[in-house]
Amino acid sequence: MADSTFPVPGALEAAPHGRRWSQAAFLAWLHDWVVTVDHKKLGILYMLYSIFFLLVGGVEAILIRIQLVRPDMHFLSPWVFNRVFTMHGTTMVFLVGMTYIFGFANYLVPLMVGARDMAFPRLNALSFWLTFFGGILLYYSFIGGYGLYGASSAPDTMWWAYSPLTERAFSPGHAPDYWALSLIVTGFGTIGASINVIATALCLRCKGMTLMRLPLFVWLNVVTSFLALLAITPLTAAQVMLLIDRYLGGHFFDTQAGGSALIWAHFFWIFGHPEVYVLVLPAFAIANEVIPVFSRKAIFGYPAMAAASVGIAFVSLGVWAHHMFTIGMTSVGNTFFVLSTMLVGIPTGIKIFNWVATMWGGKIRFATPMLFCTAFLFQFLIAGLTGIILSVAPWNWQLHNSYFVIAHFHYVLVGAIVFCIFAGIYYWYPKVTGRMLSEKLGKWHFWLFVIGFHVSFDTMHVLGILGMPRSIFTYEADRGWAPWNFVVSIGGFIQAIAVLVFAFNLVHSYFKGRVAGNDPWDAWTLEWATPSPPPAYNFAEDPVVTSRRPLWDIKHPEDPDWRYE
Amino acid sequence: MLTEPYRCVKWSAKGFLFLLVFFAWHAVFAEGPQSTPSIFAPASTPASNIYELSLFVIAITGGIFVTVGSLIAYAAFKYRQHGQDDTSEPAQIYGSAQVELAWTVVPVLIVVVLFLTTARMIFAIQDAPKPKSALDVTVVGHQYWWEFNYPRLGIRGVNELHVPLSDANHPTPTFLTLLSADVIHSFWVPQLSGKTDLVPNKINYLWIDPRHPGTYVGQCAQFCGVEHAKMLLRVYVDTPDQFAAWVKNQQQPAVNDPKVAEGRHVFETQACMNCHTIAGTAATGRFGPDLTHLMSRETIASGATTNTPEHLREWIRNPDTFKPGSLMPAMQLNDQQLDQVTAYLSTLK
Repeated sequence: MADSTFPVPGALEAAPHGRRWSQAAFLAWLHDWVVTVDHKKLGILYMLYSIFFLLVGGVEAILIRIQLVRPDMHFLSPWVFNRVFTMHGTTMVFLVGMTYIFGFANYLVPLMVGARDMAFPRLNALSFWLTFFGGILLYYSFIGGYGLYGASSAPDTMWWAYSPLTERAFSPGHAPDYWALSLIVTGFGTIGASINVIATALCLRCKGMTLMRLPLFVWLNVVTSFLALLAITPLTAAQVMLLIDRYLGGHFFDTQAGGSALIWAHFFWIFGHPEVYVLVLPAFAIANEVIPVFSRKAIFGYPAMAAASVGIAFVSLGVWAHHMFTIGMTSVGNTFFVLSTMLVGIPTGIKIFNWVATMWGGKIRFATPMLFCTAFLFQFLIAGLTGIILSVAPWNWQLHNSYFVIAHFHYVLVGAIVFCIFAGIYYWYPKVTGRMLSEKLGKWHFWLFVIGFHVSFDTMHVLGILGMPRSIFTYEADRGWAPWNFVVSIGGFIQAIAVLVFAFNLVHSYFKGRVAGNDPWDAWTLEWATPSPPPAYNFAEDPVVTSRRPLWDIKHPEDPDWRYE
Repeated sequence: MLTEPYRCVKWSAKGFLFLLVFFAWHAVFAEGPQSTPSIFAPASTPASNIYELSLFVIAITGGIFVTVGSLIAYAAFKYRQHGQDDTSEPAQIYGSAQVELAWTVVPVLIVVVLFLTTARMIFAIQDAPKPKSALDVTVVGHQYWWEFNYPRLGIRGVNELHVPLSDANHPTPTFLTLLSADVIHSFWVPQLSGKTDLVPNKINYLWIDPRHPGTYVGQCAQFCGVEHAKMLLRVYVDTPDQFAAWVKNQQQPAVNDPKVAEGRHVFETQACMNCHTIAGTAATGRFGPDLTHLMSRETIASGATTNTPEHLREWIRNPDTFKPGSLMPAMQLNDQQLDQVTAYLSTLK
């Protein structure tokens, strides 16, 4: 591997590592992590938080799959089951999805634009801790509060919490309060972090880093952050209105007093649909870095990729009611949302084609990150096509709220997003820790996960076609759904094993992994020009870049990128 | 390692083919009511229209999948690194305006075709004119049961919807007006039509014209609380004779058998009457299902169990046996009262 000659004397900080344990040293270490405003440490905290809740949400998924493994199971009571699947969805979207974004963005955006930290380091810390305590508050619902209907006060009204089910008449106790309050808190965290990413990427770029030279990773994170700013606010507003209904006698969604159930649905999905793109664009961002590096080619059609991301974000703001085709809109209303939804397919298609074109003619190295990205391409293709299927409103009247929808969005959230998260972790772990993740365990992780994924989620499509609705704690024995559910559950267990392999790999390689060096993948963006792990100040000298791939230019002075700009 | 992407492709392709074959099998062999409510076994015009549209959409998306999927597979297989020591860099290509324009225009054309086809079907189903011969039924969703009112026939049915068979020569479609008494529910009988939500403070519509007699199953498709999973639906498609007989029976007042007067007394002096109606008695509650013709139904508790005297007795003793979380309280009757009430209810044909 060519060693970078980028002028970054990382040896400046050869901090002596005291390995001896003492209480004082431990407290100092802990204090350092709690009060840190360093974007890299906060990025790591975000990632650890995200992975922790991925495991928690995974346990909830396993509980769901045990309950549904055959008809008329009594493993969980209906009360507990409803809380478990609500918490599974809420956890995966808000505590895993919304935090992995800022884990990667925090760690990488300043490094990629050649900055020494985020634009607002203290806001960064505030954002993380808001998110952190929001998550704690959500999970406190399992033990806290009174009104113990069934198992606890954990939210039990699905992750979209449709009113009027969340009103006091139908949800006494505190379950919806925990849901609304904790997500308001994490929402503020998200808004702070988004502002930070935007400001950093736009204002702290090093010399020569024009917007058209910004790595696509950064581009997509900027788009994500704008979208998050626009999407989170209506959700927060709706949650405040819900709390006003519940505690101050408001009637926004209180249908028994003339309120509107429909308004909640609109508010929620005006948040909820852009949210999907908030989650998936950072996954694309990861693929945009991994695929070129492992194909050994520059990304194909950089301007189109950036423009397609902006296009997806723009169109995604006008598609929300495709989650409401069955709620009773007019035929014209339905038709509008069919069109806007199908339009998303165009920029998304451009992205897939560009990724394939990037691989085309390359020399693809199938290390673990690239394996995950290749599977991501297939699965995202299928997820996009089932998305088209669901946008066909009449067919959606059949498929809506069925297991087909569950299969579709797990193809997006797991098949695309989680696969990219894993790719990203395998790719940047060496930069963060200075050690490589084990490739052998990585391959085990990949193959187990990809097999488990398809066993579970391919099968779920069939269940939807066979008329199985979602969010039911059990099903009738004579419906013919039992064998399919059994297969889905088996796939779930395989995925769980894969994730355990991954968790073991993370810990094991931290201590025993091969030392990585600055640039183990022979990559091209600025973060690989600093030592691994990078020093607190990132770059000893402010970098100057002349093209989209500064390290390519250094490694290939005979054929630099800037000639083709 | 070299064959890994290839295997991945093979796996996905196999899975997809398998799904297609499975769907085709269902579509070919299913006719009339099934115990598995497959959307690919339609038995009513809206469901059939959707099914035909879905075949068209599957053809298009399947075509895209095969084309793009093979491109990905080909690229991954063909352009893999040959040997670890081959470290020379491939030619760098940054983009191509012509190619990129082409793969933007083709999806646009596909979207146009799909959109127009879809729009046509939306209007055809949603704005279908209502013939004079149509039957009107008002569906009211409750936590966790269904109320079916036939305004022109003066019938108040529960959980089991009876509709007449409709054929091309004598179309008697059923037009449903969907309301909710509490939270959002969704009416879904996959073989008859797509689902439509029952939203409080909003009136929604749905229509069906079943072609084969029999019992169609479905259930609530919008999470509505603890017992959402047991808010089951049964639609009985009756031949004209059966339907006329059913209507005639439902229009009768409740059977008043003096042999079970004690049971009726218990019913009328306990809290039962606060929630339930039995036409011709003092019981006029509206919160729970109408029991006037309880024994004409095959199931109780919204399909949670079959309607036998033993189940009925157990249901009154402790509804949680069949449906934990049901809004009907355990009535705390003693054994004698339970027997009497069960005997009384068993006469309500």
